[in-house]
Order: sequence, then C-alpha cells, then structure tokens
Amino acid sequence: MRELVIISGKGGTGKTSLTAAFAALAAEGKRSILCDADVDAADLHLLMQPDVRQSTDFMGGGLAEINPDLCTGCGTCRPLCRFDAISETFEVNPIRCEGCGVCVDFCPENAIDFPTQRCGEWYISDSRFGPMVHARLGIAEENSGKLVSLIRKEVRQLAEDQNRDLIITDGPPGIGCPVIAAIGGATALVIVVEPTVSGLHDMERVIDLAAHFKVPGMIVVNKFDLNPEMTATIEEAATQHNVALVGRVPFDPVFTHSMVEGKTLFEYGEESATHKLVREVWTKIINSPSMNPLGIVDFKATIQ
Amino acid sequence: MIISIASGKGGTGKTTVSTNLTLALGDRVELLDCDVEEPNAHLFLKPEIEQTRRVETPVPKVDLEKCTFCKKCQEICRFNALAVVGKQVLVFSELCHSCGGCMLVCPEKAISEVGRELGVLNFGNRDGIRFINGLMRVGEAMSPPLIKQVRANANPDKITLIDAPPGTSCPVIAAMNDTDFVLLVTEPTPFGLHDLKLAVEAVKLLGIPAGLVVNRADLGTDDVYRYAEQENLPILLSIPFDRRIAEAYSRGKLIVEEMPEWREKFVGLFEQIETIVNRSKAQLCANS
Repeated sequence: MRELVIISGKGGTGKTSLTAAFAALAAEGKRSILCDADVDAADLHLLMQPDVRQSTDFMGGGLAEINPDLCTGCGTCRPLCRFDAISETFEVNPIRCEGCGVCVDFCPENAIDFPTQRCGEWYISDSRFGPMVHARLGIAEENSGKLVSLIRKEVRQLAEDQNRDLIITDGPPGIGCPVIAAIGGATALVIVVEPTVSGLHDMERVIDLAAHFKVPGMIVVNKFDLNPEMTATIEEAATQHNVALVGRVPFDPVFTHSMVEGKTLFEYGEESATHKLVREVWTKIINSPSMNPLGIVDFKATIQ
Repeated sequence: MIISIASGKGGTGKTTVSTNLTLALGDRVELLDCDVEEPNAHLFLKPEIEQTRRVETPVPKVDLEKCTFCKKCQEICRFNALAVVGKQVLVFSELCHSCGGCMLVCPEKAISEVGRELGVLNFGNRDGIRFINGLMRVGEAMSPPLIKQVRANANPDKITLIDAPPGTSCPVIAAMNDTDFVLLVTEPTPFGLHDLKLAVEAVKLLGIPAGLVVNRADLGTDDVYRYAEQENLPILLSIPFDRRIAEAYSRGKLIVEEMPEWREKFVGLFEQIETIVNRSKAQLCANS
C-alpha cells in the first residue's frame, strides 16, 4: 500500500484544490482512498461532498475542574500550575489549562475532577471518488496530532479491508505536530509551493522536516506564472535539496470557479491547458521513483 | 492595545495585512510574528535583526543513582513522556509539556530539568518599528510555548500587532487569547468562508471583538458578505485581486510601498479598529 501526502508549509498554496484534482484522476483506477488530515480547518469535504456512513467521537485528554463544594481554598494548586490556569478564586480557565493533571494529583482535598474531553469527531464516508476518512477537531482544541494519527490509522485499515492500494492524504499547513503526525511513515510527499518569497522560505523548512522524518518529497509549483523568476529559484533550491520536480500549474481562476460549484478541476469546464498540465503532474507523481520503490508498483502482489 | 491578525484558512493574506498595517502606522506599533512554524513577516518588513535568543522548555532528566523505579513519574504524566522499563527510565522529551509533575511527585528527588530547544526569538527593527518573531526548530512539534515566549516580550507602551498562525486550534488560541481585537482576513471563496466561520467561533469563545478584511475581494462569491452581515462582523477593508499586488507580494514588496495610496487605507483600517476597541472597553466599564 502506498500513501501520498500533499503538504505545503505555507497555507493557501492550493493543496486541497490539487488533492481533489488528483483524487478525481486516481479514482479512474478504483484502487484509491482519500484522507483529509487537515483536521483543524478541513476543506476537502467541500469538494468531495461525502456521504457520512460512520461518525465517531474523538476523545482527547482531560481538563481540570475544581469542585467548589470540596475546595477549602488552601491554595496548594495555584503555584503548582505552570500554565497560570487557576484564578485567585480557584476557578480553572479551560483555555489555559494544559491538561497535565498536576493540580488534580496534589489537591489535598481531592476536590479537582479531570473529565475527559470530547475534542472532535471523525468520519468514514463515501464520495464519488471512493471512500474517504476525515475529521473535525473542535474549536480551540488541542491534540490535533493525535487525531491525525488516528484517522491515518483508520484509513490504512479501510484501504486494507477494501483492497485499495493508494491513499491520497490532504495534509495540514505548517511544520508542527499535525504535520509531523501526517507525514511519518508516508510513502512520499507532494509539496505544493507558490512562487513567492514566503513560498520559498516555507518550502525550505518543510523540506528540512521531510528530511528529518526521512520521507521523500516532490515539488509542484502552483500559480507559477505569477512570478516565473521565483519559480525558477524555487525549483533550483528544491533540486539542491534532492527533491524531485513534478511540474508547474498556472494561476487559473478555473480552480476558484470549480470550488464555488463544489467540483474538482476535472468536473468543471472544457479540457484546457491547465487540465492537461495537472494530468501530467499526476502522471509524474504516480510514476516517480519514490512512489515506486525498487520499481515494484504493487508490493502486495509481488509478495504473494 | 493588542491586535491579532488571524484567518482560519492559510494563505488568505494575514501577513500582507499585518505588515502593511505595521508600516502604515510607523513607530507607534510593534509587530510580533507568532506564526512560528512558518514565519514570513520579516520577508516583507525586512527589519534589521539585532539579537537572536535561543528558547528552551524544561523537560525531565532522571538521576538513575537516586531512582528506585517506583513509577510515580510515569503515573502522573498524562502525556506518556516517561516510561519505567526494568532498571531504566525512558524520557520521550518531545512528548513532554513541561508541567513539572514528575519532578514534584518523585519521592527520591531524582528528577531535575534540562532544556529542550523550541527554537529562537529574533529581535529587530525597521525604521524604529520594533519587530520580534519566533522561529520554531524543525522537528519540534509544539508551537504554543514558543508563541507565548514571543508574546512575553511585547512592549506594553506600543500598539502591538500579532501575526497569528492559520487554523483554529491551540497555536491560534495562544496567539489570539488576551488580545483586544481580532482582525480576521478572508477570501470570498467557499474554503475561505468555511474556515472563517471556524475562526469566528474561536473568537466568540474568547469573547474578543472582531472585524473583517476581505482579500482578493472580487474572486469568488457574495456568500462571505452575507455571512458577515448575519454575524454583525464589520468589513473594515476590501483588497481587490490585482495582479500587481500579487506580483509585488511574490517579490517581498509591500502594497503601501508600491502603491502609496494604500497607506491611507491601512491607517483608516486602524482608526476603525481603535473606535471599536474603545467602544467595547466603554461598554465593559458601563457593565461593571
């Protein structure tokens, strides 16, 4: 089984629009499955419009709650809390509480509860491009990395059950815990970069992250015509980092127009130069050495 | 006054708004770039960096000579950062949230703290405008502790602008919490609107007054304007999609430098924010 994760470092470079377009192309083989690992601001479902078949609560850690009936106001807890979450009147600020439980364990009156929090929900769905596993993290919640790990585990299981050999995962922006959780153990990464000074800066950090976790990466420059010079600089920098180039996609309002319709690029408008370029990018990705270790396309079939 | 600039969706123009607003207002403001995973404001403001400081968070170190392997540290740790295995204590320092619980609970006082590098803080200035950013170490998972460190260095005598990270989870909350105003930046596309709604929920949870900047205002649909009206979210500035703006951005240029007529618009944006903040402060006083 192979898992391709689409990330970007910088937000808003076109990860989700391209993931959806790739999903449409991959679905022709009926062996692919989708995963939205951007649990914090998930958008892939807006294009996939999936039918949710199963929805499950995601339980995170606990948060402290002081029971005013049992609290004697002794003040033991306040200096122990390194997150400044307990007020002078012994109330816990849930936004500040880190969920470490130190106050719970040291309260001499056992007056502090530590209820487990429902931090979000995750779903198994059907879409017109095959099954999809996705999630929604609650507002202002922690544990996004944990939720990402969970849905990646679930999508693998589902892929195995249904004998599907390609997972396409829409990743989160940044380089922090949800991204680390999204890329660990993936077959390869597609890094979507925009040709701007910030695109270049953020790409270099995300390439370092990929190297740190030993996942091979490929670069696609989106909206390349907004600055062809910067596109060349980015491609040169990527090549120096041993990251493969898989093509360029122009700035084309067709992406916004298809998004407004809730469609992927390949379901909207006439076949244009942009459609052709995205097709070529996908062919390069799927035939790349990193997606085909040792030249073996179907690992499972080989072992059997 | 502290103003945070946030968006939900990435790439809508948070950094564009925060850097242009900073330069338009001049040295009465300071800019803190709290998008520590992918900080970009320095690429546009181009401050002279005067000082770089390494930032650490405390994590446990176990003295095996004193340790009796009682497992109390493993039991108190909610983050599974310690595991007692036979005559060894494994510390997974990257999972540690620095609560200090293990050190407090250890009956043998066998645990002390060492630092795990979170990243660096850069201090700089551009024509008297104070600038700070945090740059998270590649491989570090937790950004909130570094974001808090950036904010701990704010100068209360200045108007503080905070460039927040995308999303609506803990890093954004660390950047927005305890600010006087949240300036939300969106684009009028379905993705932009969907993530804006999440950001508005987060702002409501924190109880902070907010306003909206619509960027690339002519690409997309009218839905965002309807939503803003429904939510009583004032639209304080619209920036059209203009290839000149996009190209200037791609080269690291600010709108207020390339098109000076925009300076006044950003000053006007700030004046509207100031009015809203003063009004809500007056309301708070009246209520108490």
